[in-house]
Amino acid sequence: MSAVQPELLRVTGLSVSYRLHEAGRRAALLHAVRDVSFELAGGQTLGIVGESGSGKSSIARALLRLVPASSGQACFDGQDLLQLRGAPLQRMRRSLQLIFQDPLASLDPRMSAEETVSEPLRVFEPALSAAERSARARVMLEAVGLSERYLPRLPHELSGGQAQRIAIARALILRPRLLFCDEPLSSLDVSIKSQIGNLLMQLQAQLGLSMVFISHDLAAVRFACSRVLVLYLGRVMELADRDALFSAARHPYTRALLQSAPLPDPRLARRRPAGTLGGEIPSPLAPPSGCVFRTRCAHAIDRCAAQIPALRRVGGSLVACHRAEEIAPY
Amino acid sequence: MNSPSSAEPLLQLQDVSVAYRTASGAAVPVVRGVNLQLAPGEILGLAGESGSGKTQLLLSIIGLNGQHAQLTGSVRYRGQELLGRPIAELNRVRGARIATVFQDPATALNPYLPIGRQLSEVLRFHGGVPGRLARERACELLEAVQVADPHRRLQQYPHELSGGMRQRVVIAMALMASPEILLADEPTTALDVTVQSQILRLLLQLRERHGIAMVLVSHDMGVIAGLADRVAVMYAGRIVEQAGIDALFEQPQHPYSEALQRCVPSLAGPLPQRLPSIPGAPPDPAALAPGCAFAPRCAYRLALCEQRLPELREAGPGHWKACHYDQPLGRLRGELT
Amino acid sequence: MSSQVLARLRAQRLTRIAAAVLAAIVLASLLVPWLSPYDSYTPDFALLSHPPMLAGAHVLGTDPLGRDLLVRVMWGCRISLAIGVVATLMSVLIGVSWGAIAGYAGGTTDQLMMRVVDVLYSVPFVPFVIVLTVLFGRGLWLIFLAIGAVSWLDIARIVRGQTLSLKQREFIEAARIAGVHGIGMIRRHIVPNLLGIVAVYATLTIPAVILFEALLSFLGMGVQSPMASLGSLVADGASDMQSHPHLLIVPAAFLTAIIYAFNYLGDGLRKALDPRGQP
Repeated sequence: MSAVQPELLRVTGLSVSYRLHEAGRRAALLHAVRDVSFELAGGQTLGIVGESGSGKSSIARALLRLVPASSGQACFDGQDLLQLRGAPLQRMRRSLQLIFQDPLASLDPRMSAEETVSEPLRVFEPALSAAERSARARVMLEAVGLSERYLPRLPHELSGGQAQRIAIARALILRPRLLFCDEPLSSLDVSIKSQIGNLLMQLQAQLGLSMVFISHDLAAVRFACSRVLVLYLGRVMELADRDALFSAARHPYTRALLQSAPLPDPRLARRRPAGTLGGEIPSPLAPPSGCVFRTRCAHAIDRCAAQIPALRRVGGSLVACHRAEEIAPY
Repeated sequence: MNSPSSAEPLLQLQDVSVAYRTASGAAVPVVRGVNLQLAPGEILGLAGESGSGKTQLLLSIIGLNGQHAQLTGSVRYRGQELLGRPIAELNRVRGARIATVFQDPATALNPYLPIGRQLSEVLRFHGGVPGRLARERACELLEAVQVADPHRRLQQYPHELSGGMRQRVVIAMALMASPEILLADEPTTALDVTVQSQILRLLLQLRERHGIAMVLVSHDMGVIAGLADRVAVMYAGRIVEQAGIDALFEQPQHPYSEALQRCVPSLAGPLPQRLPSIPGAPPDPAALAPGCAFAPRCAYRLALCEQRLPELREAGPGHWKACHYDQPLGRLRGELT
Repeated sequence: MSSQVLARLRAQRLTRIAAAVLAAIVLASLLVPWLSPYDSYTPDFALLSHPPMLAGAHVLGTDPLGRDLLVRVMWGCRISLAIGVVATLMSVLIGVSWGAIAGYAGGTTDQLMMRVVDVLYSVPFVPFVIVLTVLFGRGLWLIFLAIGAVSWLDIARIVRGQTLSLKQREFIEAARIAGVHGIGMIRRHIVPNLLGIVAVYATLTIPAVILFEALLSFLGMGVQSPMASLGSLVADGASDMQSHPHLLIVPAAFLTAIIYAFNYLGDGLRKALDPRGQP
């Protein structure tokens, strides 16, 4: 990992809500993300972990301005990402990119790999000739481990792993500063996951990229990230350095996640305390009052229902839990 | 072939092959010569990636492969041959003796019928059990799968339930007619991690309390490690290794099994700079080379491997592998990237 | 993908027959007037309304003015097909642009644009054409105007619906992140992914247009003598139906064949593009 660089992105109080329309009823407001704050330094990887309804995808989409944020600031390169409009917004797209979960769905089924990868060049460097674009596409393809044989291929002629490489080539061809990866490995086979995971790490080191790695796969996050943000129902539960999180998690939800993750070793699996988390994730339309996790938390007290816990420093991590000091780390 | 440990195996597959007829007339083999046994009350894991044939193998047990599939071999349930049986006869086995749970609960449930109706339907079809009795049993089973407030749930529609709840209902539906075998294809893949561990624990409890045997298909070694007694690892339509769960993880005998385990990042322990990975990609079943299908990606490959298909041979008590390489693995550990 | 689509097209027997029939008619309509000793307007007062003499001089007979019916019908095919193809092309251009822009823009723009479509849809076709006739007189231009004003509406609606669902697809999001927006997005990502369905509807619009024109001619507002379209020939033949049935049967047979052929072709195309759809 490269030396710590100055701060690249500072997100403060980000909230994202969606208005849901149902026939005959008043529009309901779904709070996907509530008051999320974090920083990211240059060259660093931040992991965002959460289950369904956690809002992890919405954070990326709001920062990329694919969906509107309802409040908050995102300071990137001296500008507030959330306030950009018109030409500055368009310019920003050079610096922030995204890789999707389903690589085949993220490619236009009628465009060849070459056309897909060189499309950002068409938009941002229109002065380039077709030959120059083609040459740069070829170079990118090589960088992601694909020979030029793949240039004319259409998405349906590609495997999941190859398609993800194309998507990565497209995302990186303009040398962005920050790359969001939304579950980039989840739809890939086990043997391909590690290939693509290695590729991302390698490219990050080569290009000095910062990454936001969104995933529900804790083991992958541990491999790829230096800091981890844990989300539940749109709120931050814990934000900690990787080693601190995985060896001494302070939030009960983080501990539950770590305990539930399947262990690929039967002996370890048997020895693990059987503390499975009961209940289901509440609907984001009707989140519990106070601490959103309290309905499933073994340590919940009255105060948890009355007051939303603030994100505060406990040990070396940031934790949103009233009882963080009392509960032994996992 | 494994020798049965106790009495007659519940399920016995011999030389089962599944091939699909393509538009051009060629037959694409997706399962090639599989031998398997399932003892009563046993949980057998079928591990492998996409294209390994594990789902097709599961479907072949009860003949759900579709009209373009050609099945050969023998599938015996309690000695009775199932392969090639007419649908009417198979339907008496399906659901009643051998039940299934698939990956996506949304597609297994009819969105237009309340849960209670769908559950009781199983019994009415399989036993002519009258409505009230069937509903009582449905309630019992919803409790058994840890669905709170079962009476109210009976009236609800699938879209009113969460993903985890829907999967529990699907499991309840599978249990309605008291089957002996549960076939589960990635039953928890579509679920959140905390819900997944609940469902997996539930499946274990079902085996403990009711002695139901299971064939569990998954690409997630963690899921298999938490649930299965024995595992068969599949690659390109064949079983490449079969062993008890501890033996497989402690001392994998096939390079593919070893590589699979190593390329999964761990939650604890030292972090590698690079994750070990398997070069290349799973082969196209329509274009299989002679010899071992894993050879092009194998770190232990010998010249023989690309010429002759290795047979499944016993490498230790109850431990079978299909590999020409005879030395213990791990010698090249540091060089496997 | 196109090779797979072609393969599936070729596999359907009805589609092959339809394509063959169309090809034969097009070929005939081009070659027969060129090869035949007769032309389409010189009368032969000796042989008025003669029934078909298959072995003789006038293979399909003559019309009331003694003109060779085969040649007239071939010319009629040319005109009908030309009108069909050209008017359809126009309506595809207008309809795709309208529908894609409305669907992609969304919001008020979409509402406004589709309300225009709704209003035009509700205009009764025949009175509309009569008004146009009064204003602009008769002629080929009138036909194009009338048909063009109407036949783009269906395509616009379909394209708008498809655009709405395409907008949700991930590759559109990915393109947005890559900086593509507005007309560029419509041109590079939306329209190319619509071409399949547009091709189907275009193929099905052609016979509709031909029938429109036939209706207009039947009502006396279509092509003017001595030019003939299949519609006008049918109209002329209908008035003489009882005494000289061949004057109606021959053009009607060709008209029917063309319409059926395009319909089967369009249907086959639809099935070839989406093999999982309804049979």
